[in-house]
Amino acid sequence: MTTRRTFLKTGAAAATILAAGGLRARAENAPGITATEIKIGQTMPYSGPASAYGVIGKVETAYFKMLNEQGGINGRKLNLISLDDGYSPPKAVEQVRRLVEQEGVAFFFNTLGTPSNAAIRQYLNDAKIPQLFVSTGSSLFADPAHFKWTVGYNPSYVTEAHIFAKHILTTKPGAKIALLYQNDGFGKDYQSGLKAALGANASQIVGEASYETSEPTVDSQVVTLQGSGADVLVIAATPKWAAQAIRKSYDLGWDATRYVSNVSISIATVLKPAGLEKSKGVITGNYGKDVTDPKFKDDAGVAQWKAFCDKYLSGSEFADLNASYGFSAAQTMAQAIKQCGDDLSRDNILAQATNIKDLALPMLLPGITLNTSPTNYNPIRQLQLSRFNGESWELFGALLTD
Amino acid sequence: MAPEDRLEIWVSRAGWTLAVVVALAAPLSMNGYHLYQATQVLIYMIALIGLNLLTGYNGQISLGHGAFFAIGGYGAAILSSRFGLPFWAAIPLASSVCFVAGFLFGFPALKLGGLYLALATFALAVAAPQILSYKGFDAWTGGAQGLQIVKLQAPAWTHLDPDQWIFVVALAAAALLVWVALNLVRGRIGRALVAIRDHGLAAETMGVDAALYKTTAFGVSALYAGVAGGLSAFAVGFVSPESFGLALSLAFLVGVVVGGLASVGGAIFGALFIEFVPNYADRLSMQFGESAKALPGAIYGLLLIAIMGIAPAGVAGLARALVRRASRLSL
Repeated sequence: MTTRRTFLKTGAAAATILAAGGLRARAENAPGITATEIKIGQTMPYSGPASAYGVIGKVETAYFKMLNEQGGINGRKLNLISLDDGYSPPKAVEQVRRLVEQEGVAFFFNTLGTPSNAAIRQYLNDAKIPQLFVSTGSSLFADPAHFKWTVGYNPSYVTEAHIFAKHILTTKPGAKIALLYQNDGFGKDYQSGLKAALGANASQIVGEASYETSEPTVDSQVVTLQGSGADVLVIAATPKWAAQAIRKSYDLGWDATRYVSNVSISIATVLKPAGLEKSKGVITGNYGKDVTDPKFKDDAGVAQWKAFCDKYLSGSEFADLNASYGFSAAQTMAQAIKQCGDDLSRDNILAQATNIKDLALPMLLPGITLNTSPTNYNPIRQLQLSRFNGESWELFGALLTD
Repeated sequence: MAPEDRLEIWVSRAGWTLAVVVALAAPLSMNGYHLYQATQVLIYMIALIGLNLLTGYNGQISLGHGAFFAIGGYGAAILSSRFGLPFWAAIPLASSVCFVAGFLFGFPALKLGGLYLALATFALAVAAPQILSYKGFDAWTGGAQGLQIVKLQAPAWTHLDPDQWIFVVALAAAALLVWVALNLVRGRIGRALVAIRDHGLAAETMGVDAALYKTTAFGVSALYAGVAGGLSAFAVGFVSPESFGLALSLAFLVGVVVGGLASVGGAIFGALFIEFVPNYADRLSMQFGESAKALPGAIYGLLLIAIMGIAPAGVAGLARALVRRASRLSL
């Protein structure tokens, strides 16, 4: 007869066996790994306000398809399940749970967007599932002390601000700095990064002005900043407002050295609207190759990217910076998986993703390499400064490292 | 009472009983992911019933219920993470704020009829995400970074895991709010709301205080959206301005129309539609290969058109028509 007590005893025994099994399973491969396949999860905004980024997921899927045609990695095919989250955090949580609990993916790769990644981070860290190379520049996602399973990818806005500060201090010691920033996570990362890198020289920031993305122009902010007497202007703005700031500072006859954030370096959407002549001399930091730059006309890496686009995509992705970003991210992931060898436990997948050494990629600027370690979750920490010459971006100086 | 009416009531009761049985069985038979989806359905259902009280019964179109949903969500998140209030205090408090906000918004709405009201509420939906990321509120809202909320833990005696617990909480809230809504619409208040919708002037000559009913309908409707928003904040464990975009407000209106205007039960179908059809469209589009990533929107649109073609009065309207036909045939 089963009494309550024997029932409990059996339950306890079963639990012990399960726990022991769990311990043994640690050295075994993660769920989603078979002898022939590696299942990887991803959410992307294929619909909704940020759908322009959807191309990243498309490129990555196509890249893994190419690898699979060549035999996969260490004999296993890569199966990237990339689902639409519409840039909505509740949807991202739902899709991630589906990928974990229904599809049984081994880990996540390049999930896109600050809000979506923030929403799924706790869940994935609680479950000890790697959330690798997330597609956002927010400094939130390189925090190994609190979120061990979440690894960043994009050079963070903080890195960029650090590098600008270093360059200002070496080329113009004693410069008076004005900062225009967008009032959100992106702009504030910039503000704090700049101050941190200036350190004792933070008092050199003589003027700061912020703007809301709902404001029609930033003209008055630029006028105020000029009034502060600064001779360096740092523009931490998204394209529309960056263009306005570049034009207004020129129109005012303000002879300041202007730095503009990497998110606003597109010639078509920023510098042309601002006026090419008025944009002359603007400085930015860069890490990827821009295929429209004549310098890369005969570049081997660009040729490789072109061949891939023609064969596996529609070809129109070639000049899209988001697309070539996806190409590089997929190659980074492939490298980490290659390093895993036959040990595809989640522990080892995380260990290898945070053990990337001097990885150079075809679509990254010459000299830029990716590095991660258990304490460094920002793979890209170098930028190449470039100056706009009225027609194109001209790389100058040495690579700067954060 | 006509036999078809009797049959209709019988079918409606059977439907509600079935829904309750399915809902009670859910936490025992579903895994975490499906329970999360089921919880989302309950949350949408609550919001849809609220919107239906306003739009379906009272004839006031709102394209801005995402904003009230956001107030409920942020309110609950702030009360729980900054003040340490438990969910059973945070959600009712946050939704009372929604009631006040909705009631006050009801006053300008009195002056705006039909399409003009739709536009004014549309503005509410557009403005909500920007107001939420406004720097002045950063200390409360977390700005563009959003707010994390600690997961709800079930009381020990229930032996439920967090997914089961939030489902049970949502189910209890939904049951209570369905009961309230059914009592509202089946009584004097419901008849007054419908009378105002059908002919405002005639309703007033019958002694209905149209202004009071309309503003209160707005308040109650916002309260429902607020409860849904608060539950959603706890279910997701995170709120950010992007959680409450324009698409959410539009989805609510789609849900109300698909479920059936002026029907409480129809909200279940509306909620199922807005939760599952986008996923289904996404999966269906995968059949067309990897380059078809733009297709889900098109498939979703086609399905919506198809449903409106088959059931112009929503699923509830279709069910009602089928019951009538069946009872006539059996006579």
